[in-house]
Amino acid sequence: MTLELNGQPSNNIPAELSETQQFRSDGPASAATSRDVLLSVQDLHVWFELKRWGFLNAGHVRAVDGVSFDLHHGEAIGIVGESGCGKTTLMKTILGLYQPVQGNVRFDNQDLSELTTRDMQTYRSKAGYVQQDPYGALPPFMTVERILSEPMVIAGIKDRNVRDQRIREVLTEVKMTPVDDFLTKFPHMLSGGQQQRIVITRAMILNPQLIVADEPVSMLDASVRVEILRLLQRLQASHHLAVIYITHDLSTVRYFSDRIFVMYAGKLVERANVNDILRHPLHPYTQALLAATPDPDYRNALTHRELPPGEPPSLVNPPEGCRFHPRCPKKIEGLCEVEVPPNFEPAPNHYTACWLFR
Amino acid sequence: MSNLRELVRYPAAVVGLIMISVLIGVAVYALVALPYDEAVRLWRGGEAIWYNTPKKAAPVWTNWFREEDLPATITIDSADGAIAKTREQVSEDVTDIQFAYTFDYPYTTFPEDISIYFDTKYDEKPPHVSLTWLTPDGREIRIASMTTESTLVYRLDQDSKLERRLQLPDNVQSHMGLFMDPESEELVALPGTYTLQVSASVFEPESDVDAEVVIYGKVHGLAGTDHRRRDITVALLWGTPIALAFGLLAAIGTSVTTLVIAAIGTWYGGWVDALIQRITEVNLILPVLPILIMVGTFYSKSLWVILGVIILLGIFGGGIKTYRAIFLQVKESPYIEAAQAYGATDARIIFSYLLPRIIPTLVPNMVTLVPAFVFLEAALSVLGLGDPVMPTWGKVISDARVNGALYQGNYYWILQPSALLMLTGLAFSLVGFALDRIFNPRLRDR
Amino acid sequence: MTEKETLLSIEDLRLYFRTTQGIVQAVDSVDLRLGVNEAMVILGESGCGKTSLSRAVLRLLPNNVDTYSGDIYLEGENTMEMADEAFRRQIRWFKMSLVPQAAMNALNPVLKVGDQVAEPLIVHHRAEKEEARNQAAWMFEKVGVPVDFLDRYAFELSGGMRQRVALAMALITLPPLVFLDEPTSALDVLTQANIFNVLKNIKKELAVSFILITHDIATSSELADSVAVMYAGQIVEVSDARRFFTDPLHPYAQLLMSSVPKLKVEQEPTFITGQPPSLINPPSGCRFADRCPSAFDRCSEEPPVFLVDGQQVRCWLYRAKGVRA
Repeated sequence: MTLELNGQPSNNIPAELSETQQFRSDGPASAATSRDVLLSVQDLHVWFELKRWGFLNAGHVRAVDGVSFDLHHGEAIGIVGESGCGKTTLMKTILGLYQPVQGNVRFDNQDLSELTTRDMQTYRSKAGYVQQDPYGALPPFMTVERILSEPMVIAGIKDRNVRDQRIREVLTEVKMTPVDDFLTKFPHMLSGGQQQRIVITRAMILNPQLIVADEPVSMLDASVRVEILRLLQRLQASHHLAVIYITHDLSTVRYFSDRIFVMYAGKLVERANVNDILRHPLHPYTQALLAATPDPDYRNALTHRELPPGEPPSLVNPPEGCRFHPRCPKKIEGLCEVEVPPNFEPAPNHYTACWLFR
Repeated sequence: MSNLRELVRYPAAVVGLIMISVLIGVAVYALVALPYDEAVRLWRGGEAIWYNTPKKAAPVWTNWFREEDLPATITIDSADGAIAKTREQVSEDVTDIQFAYTFDYPYTTFPEDISIYFDTKYDEKPPHVSLTWLTPDGREIRIASMTTESTLVYRLDQDSKLERRLQLPDNVQSHMGLFMDPESEELVALPGTYTLQVSASVFEPESDVDAEVVIYGKVHGLAGTDHRRRDITVALLWGTPIALAFGLLAAIGTSVTTLVIAAIGTWYGGWVDALIQRITEVNLILPVLPILIMVGTFYSKSLWVILGVIILLGIFGGGIKTYRAIFLQVKESPYIEAAQAYGATDARIIFSYLLPRIIPTLVPNMVTLVPAFVFLEAALSVLGLGDPVMPTWGKVISDARVNGALYQGNYYWILQPSALLMLTGLAFSLVGFALDRIFNPRLRDR
Repeated sequence: MTEKETLLSIEDLRLYFRTTQGIVQAVDSVDLRLGVNEAMVILGESGCGKTSLSRAVLRLLPNNVDTYSGDIYLEGENTMEMADEAFRRQIRWFKMSLVPQAAMNALNPVLKVGDQVAEPLIVHHRAEKEEARNQAAWMFEKVGVPVDFLDRYAFELSGGMRQRVALAMALITLPPLVFLDEPTSALDVLTQANIFNVLKNIKKELAVSFILITHDIATSSELADSVAVMYAGQIVEVSDARRFFTDPLHPYAQLLMSSVPKLKVEQEPTFITGQPPSLINPPSGCRFADRCPSAFDRCSEEPPVFLVDGQQVRCWLYRAKGVRA
């Protein structure tokens, strides 16, 4: 599962918006792994305007500030980062819920912001959304049957039988059988794991090509998490789905992704495939994350962890230069706090935006 | 619905539900037994309809509480055929018709009045009638003699000749004199069998005399009568569906509309929301009752017009603020976001995803709102703005007040409609509060 | 397990609630022992009754309590025998305090955080405002919140900061025992690690005992000296941290351990089929039997607690090895 990219880092660092870290897919990939690009995010900036007194501009929250990557059919990527790093905004922009202020999202080579309402509807049927809170994601007053019919009704599938059949098909696939038992239940009658299966079913119901999963297991009990992750894995394999899996928990991401992207303060700081990231993390932030994620080991109670001080920066006024520099233990004086690091490729297909690798 | 099952765990709610069922039963009965036109006709009243009911009579069941029963109305009509009539030709021109009304009078209290309604048939010469009264203790009292024009009404108390003849003390009226016990020192009636003899002479062969004697009692019917001799039961019966309909329509009308408007405002935000909030704020300041009084005085007192105005004024009420707070919270729910992600339109989200969330809060509010509107209608009637045509509870109270019911001791007149109003309020409140406890778990005891 | 002086000893604690669906046996005969300056983790999934356990010990009970019995010895004194008012004045926040779940969201939005932290001192110890404030400043330092945050409001602080403030609030009266209910479940990895660093420091410097209630096995190892596993209202295993994290005894504990995705070890995690039983009318016999891969016929009878080398296990599999506790 390798990625063919041509990185074109730019050496000039002009004012805010013209940072160019563009990655363009270089046409069809090599013969060995021919997978077309399904989703292409190019220099995406998603900013939210802050208003004072309802109408005066008071700055912007720069939630996503220059993100570019390509996602191929059938590929699973994990986007890892702490709260406030912009991963949720990135995901919602990909789903079409937010509009970028610069840059674009291209799905099947079509720019999302140029789609008509009808085409947008088609896109929506191709991208499924799995949310974090399984109970909150389901309308509490609708039965399972109704919940699962809704996306189809909205997509214009009028025939009741067709819908019914599809529901049964997918419920069987996620192993919620006997199907008839579940169709008439309300969300509160189901366990957390079952609720999340329904959410996944709903995301799959229109036969999507892409699934976006936002912390799909973080609100579930430990014993159920693996079950759900396995389910997602199985669905991905059997339907050749592309998956974007967003989490702050590094320990689950390795079971489920081909590549991992690490995000910090609105930017991608490291990208590589799973094993490379976990065994040879390059960016100091990634290293800190890995060091801070505990395995169940009794020695943890006896040791003090070394952690970068401070907290993630505000996205309204992010630090100059590399956004991690105020907390970085390996900061290079005079460089990191002044200039934004571009993407380097110190190892094949392992990218990191850190001056240490210049 | 499981909620209904939960409702019956609250004894208060069960009581309330039973009461509401009774009220609905009464309302349905009223609509079936007395169609609208009939009710209006009865309520308009008039001599022809209510002639044989007493004025301001108490309900019959009040006799339960009395030591000495008050008499009920006794009506005997010779035209019924139950009374033997003798016809005797005395001479060529003159025929004697005799009949007698014999009845039991088991009371020691006096009736209200006695009237005799003559129905005579003749061509040119009206018959001549004389009335004689026979008491149980054998006294014979001559009442009157008169020529009866076709529909003559003979009212005993208006006969001054009889009054003089009977020579009764000042506080005793003629009809009381007929029933009075002469032996007793106190003013009591003599119970026993009385007879009223009617002796009529007709001067034409075809002529005939019929008479209906009405001895007006002091109790009548289930609910008594009012100043226009109308049986109050009519108004109480018919007031039930009117009160319920008014209350329910107003409550539902305002609540549902308010809910939808709040949802639309909150969902779209921006200027739509701001506009709705400003309209609401202005509307909250408007005084409802004075506006209703103005509409009633200058435009129309029709019940439906008033109902319409109440609903219009109620739409942008305080509920908008409450529901908005709830919607703002629900709007952030993940499932709403998911709906947007799979392409639900704004309208669909508002009606299929937001509104159903609020129904649990809506229902108890709505139920508790019903009595408020019922009382409002009654209040308007008391203020003189009630519908002039329809018999409502408020109208009864209003009539009672205007005719000095409490001063004259006709407590039943005010108490009965008031009790019904209170029961309605109580019933809906009991159910409403129990519903509130079910739908808002935080208020539960457990 | 080194024999430390006993701080807390719980015997046969029961807490049942009355609900519309029946009686919820949230805490069903729990026995525990905690030493001075010791950290115990109560591990369990949602619905096992662990939060109710903390409420039971702290006597923070709702209205619908059906049964509340047992003995709780704190520093030798049986707190269950105390009247409510005496308990409030002498025990709660004096000898035991609580950092509740999502404490960072439970801060009063209209009070400055410094005032909120100082409040228990003013209420319980009748301290003067100035003195209380100084103490609050000292505590802020200990938990790692900058002192000039004393005058800030809750919404001005990040999640991690707020959780530290909640921790300061629980520690301000320097109680020997602090309950922590899911202290880091809503926090990011780095913040979480920071909080645990703070907890480790506090444990060392102030000699506090902690009872950490969580479902997160990995993070629980950050603080635990001993581990108690709770399932369906009962404690099924109690063990010291070293033995628990290397080789748990109870089948449930073993399955839990193997369901944790591990970063540093190559291991396919497993999951447990089925669901925990409802706490209303729990099944007779061993409550884990229907999900247990090692269940056998004896399991239809409720197992007692066996002592195996200093570890306590409620499982028939150890009837030969262990002595009944």
